[in-house]
Amino acid sequence: MNLLSTNNVLLKVEGVGKEYDGNRVLKDINFKLEKGKILGLVGENGAGKSTLMNILFGMKVIAETGGYEGAVYLNGEKIKFKSPVDALKAGIGMVHQEFSLIPGFTVGENVLLNMEKTKKSLISKVLGKRMETIDLPEIRKSAQKAIDTLGVQLDTETLVSEMPVGHKQFIEIAREIDRSQVKLIVLDEPTAVLTESEAEVLLKSMRLLADIGISIVFISHRLREITAICDTIVVLRDGLVVKETPSEGVDVRQIAEWMVGRDVDAEAKHIRSLVKIDEKDIIFEARNLWVDMPGETIKNVSLKVRRGEILGIGGLAGQGKLGIPNGIMGLFASGGEIFFEGKPLQLNNTLSALQSGIAFVSEDRRGVGLLLDEPIDWNIAFNAMQVQNKFLKSYLGGAIKWRDEKAMKTCALEYIKSLEIRCTSERQLARNLSGGNQQKVCLAKAFAMNPKLLFVSEPTRGIDVGAKKLVLDALRKYNEENNTTIVIISSELEELRSISDRIAIVCEGKIFGILQPASPVVDFGLLMAGEFQVNEEGEKIWLR
Amino acid sequence: MAQINKFIKNFGWARIIIAIFLLALFIVAPIFGVRVDASLNDVIVRFGMSGIMVLSMVPMIQSGCGLNFGVPVGLISGMMGAVVSLEFKLTGMAGIGVAFLVGLVMAAVLGFLYGLLLNRVKGDEMIIATYVGFSFVFLMNILWLKLPFENPASVMGFKGEGLRVTISIEEYWIHVLSDLFKIPISKYLIIPTGMILFFILMCLIVWGFFKTKLGTAITAVGSNPDYARASGININKMRVVSVMLSTMLAAVGMIVFQQSFGFVQMFNSPLAFVFPSVAAVLLGGASVNKATITNVVIGTFLFQGILTMTPSVINSAINIDMSEIIRIIVSNGLIVYALTRKGR
Repeated sequence: MNLLSTNNVLLKVEGVGKEYDGNRVLKDINFKLEKGKILGLVGENGAGKSTLMNILFGMKVIAETGGYEGAVYLNGEKIKFKSPVDALKAGIGMVHQEFSLIPGFTVGENVLLNMEKTKKSLISKVLGKRMETIDLPEIRKSAQKAIDTLGVQLDTETLVSEMPVGHKQFIEIAREIDRSQVKLIVLDEPTAVLTESEAEVLLKSMRLLADIGISIVFISHRLREITAICDTIVVLRDGLVVKETPSEGVDVRQIAEWMVGRDVDAEAKHIRSLVKIDEKDIIFEARNLWVDMPGETIKNVSLKVRRGEILGIGGLAGQGKLGIPNGIMGLFASGGEIFFEGKPLQLNNTLSALQSGIAFVSEDRRGVGLLLDEPIDWNIAFNAMQVQNKFLKSYLGGAIKWRDEKAMKTCALEYIKSLEIRCTSERQLARNLSGGNQQKVCLAKAFAMNPKLLFVSEPTRGIDVGAKKLVLDALRKYNEENNTTIVIISSELEELRSISDRIAIVCEGKIFGILQPASPVVDFGLLMAGEFQVNEEGEKIWLR
Repeated sequence: MAQINKFIKNFGWARIIIAIFLLALFIVAPIFGVRVDASLNDVIVRFGMSGIMVLSMVPMIQSGCGLNFGVPVGLISGMMGAVVSLEFKLTGMAGIGVAFLVGLVMAAVLGFLYGLLLNRVKGDEMIIATYVGFSFVFLMNILWLKLPFENPASVMGFKGEGLRVTISIEEYWIHVLSDLFKIPISKYLIIPTGMILFFILMCLIVWGFFKTKLGTAITAVGSNPDYARASGININKMRVVSVMLSTMLAAVGMIVFQQSFGFVQMFNSPLAFVFPSVAAVLLGGASVNKATITNVVIGTFLFQGILTMTPSVINSAINIDMSEIIRIIVSNGLIVYALTRKGR
């Protein structure tokens, strides 16, 4: 591929720079994108990817903060969008990290939102186009077509509110495809919420789109996807393009090095030192557990967790792995029996689970995990205060117990240091932290309770490589230093293999088997797909 | 310049404009022959009278129940406390003490029920609260006529039954708080130290409450209910506690108002306190889900300042009664302003 050829270039970015209140986030960005090609944009959180995309898409925030330097050309014409509507008209579609779907609408209605197929009626002939009636069958057909292009199975009649997170992403993308004049689609971390197999489907559909002449800017933290699908790779670091290269012959390791500017260990390396774990010492046991969590239903799980181990739970999205911790912690209706340290534990009772020494880091960081409008120290100390009466100071001989702000501050500062939480002070609001740092606050909240058993759900979802490593290291270190049993639930198999002692794979609401991290990848893949089950003796029972 | 901008951003344009307006009123007052010390006296007295009612907004805002448009529930409890105390013909501190006690007990019971109701309408608290306030006032209007009160000072003279519209407490417990440690500075300026101290005490109680474990939990419920639930907190219980606290504070606030005013106003009077109290806390810088004691103090002072200064100064200047119009524009305008910014 010749990067210098000027014909056939769809998007050209020339010398673009941007400053927010004296804080420079982009310096002299240059790159090109040809028609029908896929450009992978990578960089750590805060490298300037989002700002660059905001400029491209004409988001208001850019103009409000003083515009940008340099120029962007689309099809050879210099563009300067006043609002995202202009960008849409020019043929740029964007799928954001956060969903913008209407929960109460069906899939079809969401895909064709504001582009509805309509039927003429008598009234509309008199009063104009706005009075035309909605043509539901046409909407279904059109939506189905867009979804089929993506190669996924989705019912256009399902309500969005009843779908698992993984599926919602496809609706967002289908919506952009449905605009017939679209020339360029920007996908901002579309795979962050997808499992590996779902992501693969998405990558395939991206290739299909590229083949029909649509250019794609693909932003992802999963470098393997970048190397697999992209024609060109652009690496951003601290607001600069540090590398623009054709993807041929580039491997994941190289990109990771460019991104962070330092050597990183190969992903698959097992970072956990081998520890001796007594197989008979069971700290937690679930028998015939069922959990009614929408989109992540657990039907029948029996599971034993050994004291001191790190147990990984993997599986595809929607198969139920997230239901396990959420059910045990009483956040969703559940049934069956659970035992903690040999004693039966009441289900559907969050407080008793927390009091007995179980802590949980939720996968829904911003929704469940944090008090976004409260400072970091509150977030960290809150659970320990409410459940274990820590961080309280007695006055007047115990008549009044007030928050011990000083102890909270000390504790918060300790975790800010040990987990390298990047913030202005312990009083900074959780809302103003980046994703990775928010996740570290969530971990600190759990650590502050000194749990005996810690459930961590999707700890690295949507955070960058550097923060990911820190989070995993912190978990491993906490396990080794305090002998805390950790159950880590993740969609990323590589991550589970790097840290766990055993890995349980959930499929169709049941545990299909428990494997050693060193087991062949093929086995994990087949287990996730439900091809066979592994019984307690480790024998494979083929189902298909 | 950057510092000035930051100050403006933190303090908010609405408050700056109103503060400047209030200051201007004080400056021009002598020109129109209005005594500054008398005006100051009015502002301080009205500040003390309505401060606790404004303070009663705080617990419910903090727990995520929104602005307490149902404050009449608490105010009526205060009215009940007052008339029961009159029924026993108690005077002085004993009189107001019994009024507080009866008012608090009734407010606790009603607040509990009101809280249960609000738990069933999560997300629409403010609309439902408005209706609760209105309908409860009219329900009580029937009861005020039918309850067997007998003190001749309270009941209607011609019939001997049913409460009067305004009941004088002149001979019972008028000014018992206001006149406590009062400091006469001039003939027209008497600082009602006792009432102000009582308001400060209430502020301290609320401030202290929100420093406890329970108060912290309530704040978390208001900030993010899902987070609180995942921490094993009973959200509904926390909300009921906050509603009870708000209602009880409103009852106390009503009695403090009455002792300073010298009359117990019955029947529809609670409705006159709803919007001013809500507007004052908003003017102080509170939002629909965050409020502090500072918001209460600043808001009450500015709001009552405008209310007392405009009639005396503007009326003297242009000989037209503008006070009611300005009051309505300021209070309703502020409520609209705050509700439109709810989404932030």
